[in-house]
Amino acid sequence: MRPLSETEMKTMFEKLANYTGASLNQLIAPTSEDGTEGERMVFRLQGSRVYYAPLALVNYATSIPRDQLLCIGTQIGKFSKTGRFFLNITSLSVIEKHARFKAWLKPNGVQPFLYGGSVVRAHIGRWSEDCPGSQGIVIYDMNDTPLGFGVTTRSTAEARKLEPTAMVIARQADCGEWLREEDTLFTT
Amino acid sequence: MGKGRRMKKQGPPAPLDESKITTAFKKRKAGDSESASKVTAVKKRRRSDADEEEAAPKKSALKKSKSNEKKKPVPMDSDSEDDMDDDEFDDLDGISEGSVDSQEGIGRLSDLEDDEDEVDDDSVMDSDDDDHPRETMFSDDEDLSDAEEKLTAANIEGLSRKLDAEKKLEEEEAEQEMQDAMQTNIAGDRPDVFADQTQPGLAPDLQLLRQRITDTIRILGDLKGLGQPGKSRADYVDLVLDDICTYYGYTRYLAEKLFNLFTPMEAFAFFEANETPRPVVIRTNTLRTNRRSLAQALINRGVVLEPVGKWSKVGLQVFESAVPLGATPEYLAGHYILQAASSFLPVMALAPQPNERVLDMAAAPGGKTTYMSALMRNTGCVIANDASKPRAKGLIGNIHRLGCKNTIVTNLDARTAFPKALGGFDRVLLDAPCTGTGVISKDAGVKTSKNERDFLAIPHMQRQLLLAAIDSVDHSSKTGGYLVYSTCSVTVEENEAVVQYVLRKRPNVKIVDTGLGDFGSPGFTSYMGKKFDAKMALTRRYFPHRENVDGFYVCKLKKTGPTPVAKPSDDDKTSTGSRPARRASAQGATTDEEIDKTPILNEDGTAPNLEGGAFGPFEEDEDAERIARAERNRLRRKGINPKGVLNKPKKAAKGQAQLNETADSNTAQEKTEEKEEKPVAEKTEKKEKKEKKEKKAKKAVK
Repeated sequence: MRPLSETEMKTMFEKLANYTGASLNQLIAPTSEDGTEGERMVFRLQGSRVYYAPLALVNYATSIPRDQLLCIGTQIGKFSKTGRFFLNITSLSVIEKHARFKAWLKPNGVQPFLYGGSVVRAHIGRWSEDCPGSQGIVIYDMNDTPLGFGVTTRSTAEARKLEPTAMVIARQADCGEWLREEDTLFTT
Repeated sequence: MGKGRRMKKQGPPAPLDESKITTAFKKRKAGDSESASKVTAVKKRRRSDADEEEAAPKKSALKKSKSNEKKKPVPMDSDSEDDMDDDEFDDLDGISEGSVDSQEGIGRLSDLEDDEDEVDDDSVMDSDDDDHPRETMFSDDEDLSDAEEKLTAANIEGLSRKLDAEKKLEEEEAEQEMQDAMQTNIAGDRPDVFADQTQPGLAPDLQLLRQRITDTIRILGDLKGLGQPGKSRADYVDLVLDDICTYYGYTRYLAEKLFNLFTPMEAFAFFEANETPRPVVIRTNTLRTNRRSLAQALINRGVVLEPVGKWSKVGLQVFESAVPLGATPEYLAGHYILQAASSFLPVMALAPQPNERVLDMAAAPGGKTTYMSALMRNTGCVIANDASKPRAKGLIGNIHRLGCKNTIVTNLDARTAFPKALGGFDRVLLDAPCTGTGVISKDAGVKTSKNERDFLAIPHMQRQLLLAAIDSVDHSSKTGGYLVYSTCSVTVEENEAVVQYVLRKRPNVKIVDTGLGDFGSPGFTSYMGKKFDAKMALTRRYFPHRENVDGFYVCKLKKTGPTPVAKPSDDDKTSTGSRPARRASAQGATTDEEIDKTPILNEDGTAPNLEGGAFGPFEEDEDAERIARAERNRLRRKGINPKGVLNKPKKAAKGQAQLNETADSNTAQEKTEEKEEKPVAEKTEKKEKKEKKEKKAKKAVK
C-alpha cells in the first residue's frame, strides 16, 4: 500500500474529473455539512487497485501485512499494466455525489442497461441539458437510484435530432456488474 | 439447501423384492431357537430313518411305473423312471423341507406340527439335494404349481395341513396388526413399540417409522404409565434415536448429542423444524434507504413481505416473490441484503456506536459487517477479517455494494493475528466458525459430516478465537469494552462450555445482558452434571422450532480490566497470577467451573466404589517416599546418578522460565505503546497532492 505517484495521480484525476468536473476538490478535502473542514480523504495504491479512504482508516491499516490487506475503504478502480486507469463500478458511490452531468432512465430502459447494454435515446427520461459530447455522465433511474456511469456519444443538442434507437451514452460501468463480474471485480 | 427426505414426494412403492421378503420371513419364523433346534433334531432323525423307510415309497413308485408301462409301452426302463420320480419328489421336497427360501419356514412349521406322522412327508424327503442342486431361479409360485400338479395321494394331506397352517398364521398376523393399530390410538394403553422392529435388510417404511417415533416419545413423556414393564428409559431412548437416525438421516453420534439438549418432545420438534426451510429475510441497508421505501419498491415488483418482527427495525420477511430477490435493481443498488434473521442478533447485541473502532473476527459473507457499518453510520472503523481468501471476495463485494466506507478487509488468522497486528478495539464481534448444527435446514450435510473429532477441534478453535477476541478489546474504552460471541450451533460444547472456559481463563470479563429483551431462550446454567456460571442465563439461545430462526447462540461479554500478566515473583506463579483478579471478578459471580460432586448412587442406594470415595485416607508420607524411590530408579535406568541430579535441576529450570515470562510481558507492553503513536508524516505529502489536484481541476473546467 502506497500513495500514488505523480503520473498515476495525473491519469487517475483526469478520469475522475471527466465525471465530477470542478468538484473534484471535494473528493480530497470534503467539507462537512456545517461548513467546517471534514475528514481528510486519501487515495492509496495496493497492487494495481486504487482505494479511497479516510486518512484515519489508512493509518489503522498500516499495521496489517500487505499480503493480508485486501481492501481499505472504497475501491475506485485499477491501473492496467500499461499505466492506463479504469474506473470500477465500486467507484459509483464516490463519483455520483459530485457528478456534474446526469441522465435519468425510464423504467423500461433500466433492465437493458443493467444487463450491460448502452443507453439509446428512447430510454432517456431526462438529462442535464448542457451536456457536451464525450463527457462522463452518471446514470440514474427515475427514483434517483444511481445505476452506473458512461460517456455521452453526442451532445444533448445533437442527440435531440437522432432517431429513438440511436445510442447516446456508451456504458462504462453498471450495477449489474456486481453479479456479472463478481469473480474478477476484486482480484488484485 | 437440501430439502429433507420427508418433503420430497415419496412416489410409488418400490417393487417387492422377493429375496428380501423371503429372508425376512425366514428369520422371523425361525426366530425362536427352540423351533430351530427341533428342526435340526428332526432332520437328524430323518437321516437315520431314511434308509429304513426308503423301501416303501419306491415300491409305490415302482407300482406306478409298472401300471404306466402296461398302459402304453414307453421306451424307458424302470430304473430311469425311478430316477424321474425321485426328481419329481425332489421338487416336492423343496416345498416341504424348504430349500427354496420362501417355503422353508412353512415347511419347518409343518414339520414341527406333524412330528409323529412323518412317514408320508419323510417318504419323499430322503434324497439329498447335493445330487441335484436346486435352480433358485424358479419363482416360488411356479415351483409350487409344478409340484402341485405332480402331487401324489401320499402327500396331499401334508400339503393341505401346511396350507392350513399358513392361513392360520396370516390370520394371526392380521389380528396382531389390527390390535397394534387400535392400541396406538387409545390413550392409557401401553403401546409396544419394540414389537415391530424393521428387519435390517428391508427398506424402512417411513410412515410406520414416524408413527413409532411419536409413540416412543409419548411413552418417554409418561414412562410409568405407558412403558412396558421390562423396558427401561434407556431402551426407549435407544429405540427413538435409532429411528431418528433412519428417518432423518443423522449419524447416531449427532442425533444423540442433539436429542440430549431437549426433552424428547422438543427434540422431535427440533428435528422436524430442521427439515423445513426458514423464512427468507432481507435486511434494509439504512446507509442507502429506509425500510418503508424499500418495502414499497419491492411490493411494486410483486414481492409479498412484512416486517420480520418487533425485535428488528430493519428486517423484512419475504413470503413470496415474483422476481429473484438476489437480482432486482434494488438489490444491485445495495438497498438490501439477503440475510438470515438470526444473524441480526449478534450485531444488535453488540450495538456498535458511531466513531468507535470495531473488529469482526470472522466476517464473511459480510451481512453482520455491513450491519455494523450501517449502525455506525459509516463513521469510525470496522475491521472485517476472514481467514478464507475466496470468502473474503464475497465480503468485499457486499461491503462495496452496500456502500460501507469505513471498513478494512483483512485476511488473517484471527487466533494469532489479534491483538498482535491490531488491538484496543471498542467492540469485537466473534461469530465463530462452528459445526453448524443450528442451520441444518440450510445445509443438510451437517447431519452426516460432523463427527466426534469435529466436536473437539472446533470448540478448541473457538476458545482460541474468543481468548484472542477478549485480548483485543480495550477495557478502558469510554463507550465500549464489549464483545459478543455467537455461533450458529446449538450444542453446549460450542457455546456455554466455551464461554465458561474463557471466564476461567480471563477473570477480567463478565457476562452482561445481551439487550435482546425477551426474544430467545436463556442459556443453560447446567448441563449433564456440569455447572456453568450463574450469569449464563443472560446469554441467549435461539432454536428453529421455538423462534423459527436458525439455531443460534449469542453471548455478550464486558471486559472490566486488563488481562493479568503472570507475576514472576513467587514460587507458584500460576495461582498468584490470576488470583487477585479472580477475586475481583468473583464479587459478581463465581467464575470457577463447578463440577457436581454429589455421588452417583446405585439402584439400591449405595454409593459405588469410585476413585477416592470409598478408599481410606491416603498415606502421604509413605507415598512421598515411594515416589522418590521410583524417581531414583527411573534416573538410574537412564544411566544418571540420582544423587547428583535430583536436587538441582528444578530450581534452575524454574528460574529460567520466570525470566522468559518477564521478558515476554515487557515486550508486549512495549508493543501496545508503540501502537498508540500514529504516523504523522503523511500530511506534508498530502498538501502537495492537493495543489496538484486544484491545478488539474482548473484545467478540466477550462
